Amino acid sequence: MMRFKGALAHKFAESPILQLRLPAWRSRLMALLILSCFGVLLGRSFYLQVLNNDFLQEKGESRYRRDLEVSASRGRIADRNGDVLAISTPMKSVWAIPADARLTPEQAKQLAQLLEIDGKELARKLASDKSFIFLQRQIPPDVAERIAALKLPGIGQNKEYRRYYPTGEMTAHMVGFTGVDDKGLEGVELAFQGQLLGHPGSRSVIKDRRGQIVEDVGSIKPPQDGRDIRLSLDSKIQYLAYSQLKQAISDNKAKAGGAVVLDARTGEILALANWPTYNPNNRESLSGAQLRNRAVTDTFEPGSTLKPFTAALALEKGKFRFDSIIDTAPGRLTIGKATISDSHAHGLLTVAQIIQKSSNVGAAKMAATLAPQEMWDMFDAVGFGQVPRLGFPGEVGGRLRPWKTWRPIEQATMSYGHGISVSLMQLVRAYTVFARDGDLIPLTLTRAESPFVQGVPVFSPQTAREVRAMLEMAVQPGGTAPKAQIPGYRVAGKTGTAHKLEGGQYANKYVSSFVGFAPASEPRLIVAVMIDEPGTGRHYGGDVAGPVFSAVMSGSLRTLGIAPDAPLQVAQSPAAKEKL
Amino acid sequence: MNVGEFLRRFWDRLIAHVDVPLFLITLTIMLFGLSTVYSATYDGSNRTAAQMMNMLLGLSVMWGVAQLPPQKLMRFGVPLYVLGVVLLVLVYLFGIKVNGSKRWLSIGITRIQPSEILKIAMPLMLAWYFHKHEAALKLRHYVVACLLLVVPFAMIAKQPDLGTAILVGAAGFYVIFFAGLPWKVIVGLLAAAGGAAPFVWTLLHDYQRKRILTLIDPSADPLGAGYHIIQSTIAIGSGGPFGKGWLSGTQTHLEFIPERHTDFIFAVFSEERGLLGNTLLVTLYLALIGRGLMISANASTLFARILAGSITLSFFTYAFVNMGMVSGILPVVGVPLPFMSYGGTALVTLFLALGILMSIQTHRMLVKK
Repeated sequence: MMRFKGALAHKFAESPILQLRLPAWRSRLMALLILSCFGVLLGRSFYLQVLNNDFLQEKGESRYRRDLEVSASRGRIADRNGDVLAISTPMKSVWAIPADARLTPEQAKQLAQLLEIDGKELARKLASDKSFIFLQRQIPPDVAERIAALKLPGIGQNKEYRRYYPTGEMTAHMVGFTGVDDKGLEGVELAFQGQLLGHPGSRSVIKDRRGQIVEDVGSIKPPQDGRDIRLSLDSKIQYLAYSQLKQAISDNKAKAGGAVVLDARTGEILALANWPTYNPNNRESLSGAQLRNRAVTDTFEPGSTLKPFTAALALEKGKFRFDSIIDTAPGRLTIGKATISDSHAHGLLTVAQIIQKSSNVGAAKMAATLAPQEMWDMFDAVGFGQVPRLGFPGEVGGRLRPWKTWRPIEQATMSYGHGISVSLMQLVRAYTVFARDGDLIPLTLTRAESPFVQGVPVFSPQTAREVRAMLEMAVQPGGTAPKAQIPGYRVAGKTGTAHKLEGGQYANKYVSSFVGFAPASEPRLIVAVMIDEPGTGRHYGGDVAGPVFSAVMSGSLRTLGIAPDAPLQVAQSPAAKEKL
Repeated sequence: MNVGEFLRRFWDRLIAHVDVPLFLITLTIMLFGLSTVYSATYDGSNRTAAQMMNMLLGLSVMWGVAQLPPQKLMRFGVPLYVLGVVLLVLVYLFGIKVNGSKRWLSIGITRIQPSEILKIAMPLMLAWYFHKHEAALKLRHYVVACLLLVVPFAMIAKQPDLGTAILVGAAGFYVIFFAGLPWKVIVGLLAAAGGAAPFVWTLLHDYQRKRILTLIDPSADPLGAGYHIIQSTIAIGSGGPFGKGWLSGTQTHLEFIPERHTDFIFAVFSEERGLLGNTLLVTLYLALIGRGLMISANASTLFARILAGSITLSFFTYAFVNMGMVSGILPVVGVPLPFMSYGGTALVTLFLALGILMSIQTHRMLVKK
């Protein structure tokens, strides 16, 4: 063993014979090269990881973090009892990225079938050079699931809401509808857009290179669903108003009409119906006439329904008393070049009877004692000439010319509702002064919190009471609208029959109306009915609009459980009633 | 002979031709590699077990080669080189085209990549050549050596496989360098290379030119040629000084890094381990290279010396080219990161080279024990 000791310690490299050339400069150069190369690597590393760390980290995040919009549901619209009038239901929309959507013929066939579109149509859409297209919007969730199960490349879905109106055409004008992007276009949908609209939230997710969500990081902003709206509307009363109006328009071969039911204590609109109407769930063929919310957007000359206001002002100003006698003979009155006339000559009438019988001459004579400004102030005070500001689109304020321009004949005709125009909504609101103790209250579309609202006084309670009595007479035998009566309730109201103005001329067309309230002893509801252009020859407000009022009012009173205030008369046969 | 004695002898026999420092350094790099391969693939098709098998195979190859003395290894030089070149010719004639390049040869059951053979055969051949003419090295020997180098290099570059061509070329060049290529020739060659650059540019394939241009401005084609570079620099940069932690590299796990368990594994490592990890890894490679150069300096023959030097510098080239390309300072070429990247063939080749180093180191004695 010892023999090898020296040999073991002796390396070839140390042998002078075997000492090989590797000059010092060569090894130094090599070492320098290696060290500097690795130095450059670490320098680069330092540059990227320390100097540019934040920037690159952000860039990295931007590659995988995505903020997704989370859709929010639009608020529901319900009636005062919570019955849903408008609701958003989740639906799916199917979209495609045409460049990625490489479907086999079999897949394309299945997809076309599920989407219920033509195969060629689908092929055409998928051949589009757009980067994103919708194949079908708002398909039911079950179909959407079946499409998702096909796992088609380049085909995706997103959640959308579809607005659905369970009560359809019955509440169409009140509720209105939304367009694309949840934007309210009509009715309450527009008026309360701000509250109903949901605010989409966003979520942050991590997506991998293929765009698949691998992790839900969390919510940045939770989606805020729109707030629900509880309307003042009562679906049952609305149904009554709608169906009775529809029936009356059909019976009278009328062109159009409107009906409004108001709570006299709170100003809540319990019903708002128009005809013609439309189905908000299917608006494919929708005409302007159907769309019009006549009770709010259309004005008409109210006619005799304004007489109580003239009488009230005359009483208020002390010009007449309830039982002052006015001579209306011979049923005509000439002012300047024009002559006004009553439909029947009545002779001597008390103020109350002028309202009961609806004498134009009597109203004009009362107006003659009033200054134009006094009348204008009163009309203004009850809201004529002012937009009601309920929030409906196209609301109008009607026409009330400045009193300075009034000629005497105009003041006279305005006393019985001509030469002035109002909407049905304005008219029904103005009647709150009689249904209440002379004060005018604002109207509301939403359910009122307080059971009683304090209004702005227009007339004294005494005047209001007296006019109420006159209006009660008008629906009693001897009045203009006995058909407006309701068994068991005392009713007060006034008819209106106005010639329509067409091209500045009074044509042989009429607007028949009735406004009234009940129970007269303690008024709760005001109902206004307007029938446009009845076509059967009958056109008096009492004949055309009165029965609608009666039916709607009696049904509404019962619906609300309001106690009768009149002794129930022994049932009379219709024939006997007719004789009265 | 009791069991203890037997085990001791067995152990001695086992490590007789293993260079322990070299082995420990490599083992550490391998463990880093294995953990990174796990991180890069565990949420997909996990390659960790397969890589462990590759490593075991590689280790046995290394052990086996280390048993052979350099004199025996020298004998493989010529046949291996000839075999490699013949196979390259066959590839040129009958090769299988994958992704636009002809690199593989089908031999019934599997495909082989002959250029891989030349990574070892080239330095063996050239080292043998210089060793043979050691006594009287003349300029013509350098010329012949250059020819021996250039022919396979050109054939591989033509496949095209620039990455392997560079590695084979570098391995050969290092041999010539260690054999004492005169300074003037080196300068001359560098000048010639510079002069030929425009010409080479026209010879490059479109995609190769694109890679070089991409290096200058990766954002020019962010979804195409620049994609790899942009993604990997983002991954490295977002790692920060200390990294995001093992298995926490978002760019990796969201699959933004391409070829993340093979050529781009450094991006994964860097994102998860940060500058600290990078420094450690570079230090380990430096240690590996240092040990290799020590072995070279201590080698007993010219053959052993220049072969060890060439192999060691090849390791350096692999590591530098790969990390350089992943961190965006070198063009993208298909070079794996030694002992880190997943892949059986490359790993076995590396272990073979490691085995040669160990053989050289452990067979220095004049007389065997």
